[in-house]
Amino acid sequence: MKKLSFYGDAPTNLQNVGEIRGKLIVVEGPDKVGRSTHIAELKRWLENRGSAVIETGFTRSALAGKGIKQAKQGHTLGSVTLFLYYATDFADIVEGQIIPGLRSGYIILADRYIYSAIARAVVRGADPQWIREVYGFAPVPDAVLYLNIGVNGLIERTINSGTGFNYWESGMDLRLGNDMFDSFKEYQSRVLNQFEGMTNEYGFQVIDADRPADEVADDLRTAIDGVLSLA
Amino acid sequence: MSLNGLSDQKYPGRLFCVEGIDGSGKSTQLALLHEWLKSEGYAVKFSEWNSSPLVRNTTSRGKKKQLLTPTTFSLIHATDFADRIEHEIIPFLKAGAIVLCDRYAFTAFARDVARGVSRRWVRQLYRFAATPTVAFYFRVPLDVALDRIVMGRPDLKYYEAGLDIRLSNDPLESFKLFQARIVDEYELMVDEFNLTVMDATKTIEDQQRQMRSIVKKYLPRHRRLAGAKQDRELKSEAKEQKSDAKAEQKSA
Repeated sequence: MKKLSFYGDAPTNLQNVGEIRGKLIVVEGPDKVGRSTHIAELKRWLENRGSAVIETGFTRSALAGKGIKQAKQGHTLGSVTLFLYYATDFADIVEGQIIPGLRSGYIILADRYIYSAIARAVVRGADPQWIREVYGFAPVPDAVLYLNIGVNGLIERTINSGTGFNYWESGMDLRLGNDMFDSFKEYQSRVLNQFEGMTNEYGFQVIDADRPADEVADDLRTAIDGVLSLA
Repeated sequence: MSLNGLSDQKYPGRLFCVEGIDGSGKSTQLALLHEWLKSEGYAVKFSEWNSSPLVRNTTSRGKKKQLLTPTTFSLIHATDFADRIEHEIIPFLKAGAIVLCDRYAFTAFARDVARGVSRRWVRQLYRFAATPTVAFYFRVPLDVALDRIVMGRPDLKYYEAGLDIRLSNDPLESFKLFQARIVDEYELMVDEFNLTVMDATKTIEDQQRQMRSIVKKYLPRHRRLAGAKQDRELKSEAKEQKSDAKAEQKSA
């Protein structure tokens, strides 16, 4: 049992949640690195061992998930508006899923966390200090498992995934190249650069993701075992 | 970034906003100011709190289903404000227009803090907001404002009455307690943000006279937008050149 701690100034209602029993484990990494596949497996593995697991991620909030998807369809969404829409969605996930889950003793597996939001925003011109302040309501996780890969490895996976380069994953709103490929490469490089800069700041446990999936999965399980044995 | 947290970016336009609790009469005053500025020939843009089309559905879903917490209430209103800043307020200020805002970031600073979010956090959140030329705060005794509101609208809404933070189960009682907290926050901001205090118990005419005389001091010298003036100058230069050329032709 421990008290929740937050990255910044949490509102009074969150400061007063009291003791928590669960664990918050974040799986971070760029688009197409295989986060969702690994999380699905980890969930099964943990459930088999008798733990209750909640899987959560971006734009899945009851409040803003739908609104963001609609707003992204149009062409009028400004950058600050987009950053704050994501922050709204994420706050709803924190308060509606993560904190209640932690209080009830669940293991929360978060597919992305504030680090992705910060990386994307800074790449789009947000003041790095400002966007960190905005996400001050986020609880500090028990572990951040960062799936590390280079941009070329990412390109290979994107091509093998069958879905190819999509608009947002290529940062086409920023037009960083003549076509989707050039833009993808430049955009994802910038995002990776941001993650790298956050590794020490936020204490990421770096897992080399440029290996066969079962080896990566082994490392993820070992890291989670480490977190849970501290309980 | 300026000392008080808002952006210190300068634009050719002017930004006037009105603040105060419900029932302070600020919207009436802003509407009168708007009419006057238009009749004086200025290019004016009016922008209202909580009116972004991109965010509206999310906010109303949140309110209807009572999904909003102090943090998400604050963030969704900041998102709405960001959309208006990016699409209405800053483009018009850049063009040199006069922008009138019914409520501004100070509304969030007052309401959200009354709900329990950190004063520092919410001020950081709105750092992208342009600093107003003049921010009017309509100061009114709580019971006067309550009388005006409760007479007009007996059904108080859930968030409007602050029922989400459970100050009281009785909507009217909760509304009173919540508004009192909001007033406290506004009063703290008078010095912090150099708000221009208006005595909202004076007659509508007196208040409007005072408002216009303050606004007048800050109005641009030219009523036409700077860009339009440049276009006109360019046009007249071109005309002169043409007539010069004609004159030369004739003399030749």
